[in-house]
Amino acid sequence: MSETQTRPAPTGRPLLLMRDIRKEFPGVRALDGVSLSVGHGSVHALMGENGAGKSTLMKVLSGVHPAGSYDGEILVDGDPCAFAGVADSERAGIAIIHQELALVPQLSVGENIFLGHERARRGVVDWGATHAEARALLRRVGLDEAPTTPVSALSVGAQQLVEIAKALAKRVRLLILDEPTSALTEVESDRLLDLLLGLRDEGVTCILISHKLGEVVRVSDEITILRDGRAVETLAVERGEDGTPSVDEDRIIRGMVGRDLDQRYPERVGEIGGTRFEVRDWTVAHPTQPGRLMVDGVGLTVRRGEVVGLAGLMGAGRTEFAMNLFGRSYGRRVRGSLTKDGEELDTGTVAAAIRGGVAYVPEDRKTLGLILDDDIRHNTTMAALDRVSSRGVLDPGLEAVEAARMSERMRVRSHGTTQAVRTLSGGNQQKVVLGKWLFTRPELLILDEPTRGIDVGAKYEIYLIVRRLAAEGACVLFISSELPELLGMCDRILTLCEGRITGEVPGEEADQETLMRLMTRTGDQDRTDPRSPR
Amino acid sequence: MTTRPLTLATTLIRANARQYGMAVALVAIIVLFQILTGGLLLTPLNVTNLIMQNSYILILAIGMMLVIVTGHIDLSVGSVVAFTGAVSAIMLTSWGLPTVVVVPAALLLGALIGAWQGFWVAYVRVPAFIVTLAGMLVFRGATLAVLGGESIAPLPTSLRNMASGFLPDVEVLGLHLPTLLLGAAGAAAVVWIQWRSRARDLRHELPTAPTAVTVLVSAVTAVVIMVFAYVLAQYNGLPLVGLLLVALIAGYSFVMRSTTAGRRVYAVGGSEQAAALSGIRTRRTTFWVFVNMGVLSALAGLVFTGRLNAATPGAGTMFELDAIAAAFIGGASAAGGVGTVVGAVVGALVMGVLNNGMSLIGLGVDWQQLIKGLVLLLAVAFDIYNKRRVTVGRTLDVRPPGGTARGAGPKADDPSPSGEGGVRAGP
Repeated sequence: MSETQTRPAPTGRPLLLMRDIRKEFPGVRALDGVSLSVGHGSVHALMGENGAGKSTLMKVLSGVHPAGSYDGEILVDGDPCAFAGVADSERAGIAIIHQELALVPQLSVGENIFLGHERARRGVVDWGATHAEARALLRRVGLDEAPTTPVSALSVGAQQLVEIAKALAKRVRLLILDEPTSALTEVESDRLLDLLLGLRDEGVTCILISHKLGEVVRVSDEITILRDGRAVETLAVERGEDGTPSVDEDRIIRGMVGRDLDQRYPERVGEIGGTRFEVRDWTVAHPTQPGRLMVDGVGLTVRRGEVVGLAGLMGAGRTEFAMNLFGRSYGRRVRGSLTKDGEELDTGTVAAAIRGGVAYVPEDRKTLGLILDDDIRHNTTMAALDRVSSRGVLDPGLEAVEAARMSERMRVRSHGTTQAVRTLSGGNQQKVVLGKWLFTRPELLILDEPTRGIDVGAKYEIYLIVRRLAAEGACVLFISSELPELLGMCDRILTLCEGRITGEVPGEEADQETLMRLMTRTGDQDRTDPRSPR
Repeated sequence: MTTRPLTLATTLIRANARQYGMAVALVAIIVLFQILTGGLLLTPLNVTNLIMQNSYILILAIGMMLVIVTGHIDLSVGSVVAFTGAVSAIMLTSWGLPTVVVVPAALLLGALIGAWQGFWVAYVRVPAFIVTLAGMLVFRGATLAVLGGESIAPLPTSLRNMASGFLPDVEVLGLHLPTLLLGAAGAAAVVWIQWRSRARDLRHELPTAPTAVTVLVSAVTAVVIMVFAYVLAQYNGLPLVGLLLVALIAGYSFVMRSTTAGRRVYAVGGSEQAAALSGIRTRRTTFWVFVNMGVLSALAGLVFTGRLNAATPGAGTMFELDAIAAAFIGGASAAGGVGTVVGAVVGALVMGVLNNGMSLIGLGVDWQQLIKGLVLLLAVAFDIYNKRRVTVGRTLDVRPPGGTARGAGPKADDPSPSGEGGVRAGP
């Protein structure tokens, strides 16, 4: 495919061959004889629900699980490999980019790119070479930043590109990306995927782990589906004359869940009533730069039993709005009012907001939603301790009963309510967070990216819960970066751009293009820059 | 799934391995020194001494546990002990105030000191390490200033009696009757609590230890309490300070385990941001934990000053380190959110018995420090090792009951976007 490969590709021989990989943890067989073949210069997607074994397989490949801790063979370019650690696999040209980015925020882009293999002579850093090479790499990944910019000043999307530049600096042949777009906006995701295609054409092979079906179908040459520690099938994606792929999303879902998923979004049920909550002229200033408005005059209404979507690109002010509304958890309110059934509602502190029937399910469940080391029981009751106590003394029995009931209602898969939430899968953790907020008996439930990074099955269960809540008469404000999800779940969708409401579309009439146009309405060049305004 | 109760039991034991481990270590240390000292360690006189000598560290360790649970540290407690002791001595001697006035005044002073430090930590957000390091210097300096560099001694008998007195005596067969009765009552209470909470757990289908285990645990605790009471009854009976300690341990255990206030302290330490977004006033919680530490430091200052029958400029030096070590040996996590009052007490007793035992066999201060340092290091290393094992074991044990493997298994696949370019919560 390309002449720029580090080593000429022997025809017919795959770049990577993993044969019959078995990996056991005490009590669980994580990988049960997985074989994987990845051709030179291709994008190979790895799909599967959480726990299917994708990450374990990649950890075996990248040496995180060293040779000897698993059974099976790994051949790179036909040579058997036994990686004792990550350094070994990097030497063989394999680099993995984890979801949690491994950059040092305080260091500059250039320093990060060459971290661990500095351009140096006898221990003295050659800044000229560092910056020149870094600039070349940044150009290659399409990031318009100076090598001296500190990483902390970049958006997640831009940081992702720095990670790729860092891998390229190591002359990577096989780049593994674990959920690279989960924290990116659509625009940023598109740029990243285009970059992968560009790198593929330069001869860099990519393995892409993703939950986003659309992007997998768009860029993959081959798709391997894992289920319960086995590779159930590998689909070759052919593209027709007009670029239509031969594999569609439903085909992949079928492979992942092992059955047909007739519907990805549950039916709307129940009636929508009159207006319950109304926000008027909500304006929020940046926490440290008082003149800077992050949310500017937002007004919206939510009716009884209605799910209202809030769409917007990163930096549009969705989370800022929601968190300020919820007890001023972000920034300072400049003006604005919130009314419930026509009466002013005080949400000046989180406790007041909860008392007023407002609940906010944060997007980052691990740091904002849960106490990871604590158990399901305590996490469930944390925001409504008064429901399981009297005069400040807890009733452990009542707490256990209530937590178990909520856990069952949310269909959390666990040993029991005394299990630490750290040990739950992402989808189950999200259900615990939802349960925690439902336990406060909210009338207005604000969901911020409630399905980010969780598998298809758990997503559907969360959709069901939201639907049921709405049918019971609750008001839901649904924030999401995934437009299909908004279209599938919301009765009405509002678009936000640069802190202002730029449009309102009924759920049935909306489509992705309309939303995208509204989300970028004030769309100057700035909008497509991966560096979102902060 | 026939093995499930068994795995559950082992998980339970593993999860509590730290506490059981330290309790076992405490017993081992006691047995070791009992042998090494030729039976001197557990003589009625020495047991009484052990309580008296360690009372102030125990009081401090309880407060320190709370501070560490919230994710902070307090380096100033030794200096606060000295300062409150010095001020109390001045109030008692120079000003001639009665003890009933001086004790509350000293506790109030401790509260003010705690409020001062809590203000900087909670509201200005200066790291507690810095605030209390400053406090350590400030209050040591203040002690020297108010004492003018000299000791105040002797003190009125009322304070001395409080710190080194005993329960009033009613002797029966050469034994101290009130102590025996208190011991019996205490043993009954502890057993009752154990069985009541077990019954509750059973009722709500929470994981419970097998009946045999609970019987054994109850029997052992009851016997230990009774033996302890019997040993003390052979000498002067339960010291007043011992009674104070029992009350503090029981009270603080209750607050931390069974009240919303305690739960909030754990939540703030576990994740301050998650706690704030759950409606918990995190800054206020932190502030009050420091106020509490101040009050307990003042209490320790009164006990120490009373026992020494003098207020000295050097009082309380290194107490903070003993208290911190006790909390960590007792299972507190430096990251916050984890730790129990009973754990801190066990930790303090480990240190106390080591001190006392090593002194009895004539080991020098050099060796004592060295050994205590290693014990601290090993205890925490054991904890970290054990926690890692438990986490791995538990993670892999998880199978949805009667379900498919979905959502179970190694949670390697758990995708967790840890950051977004946008906003982070800033309480």
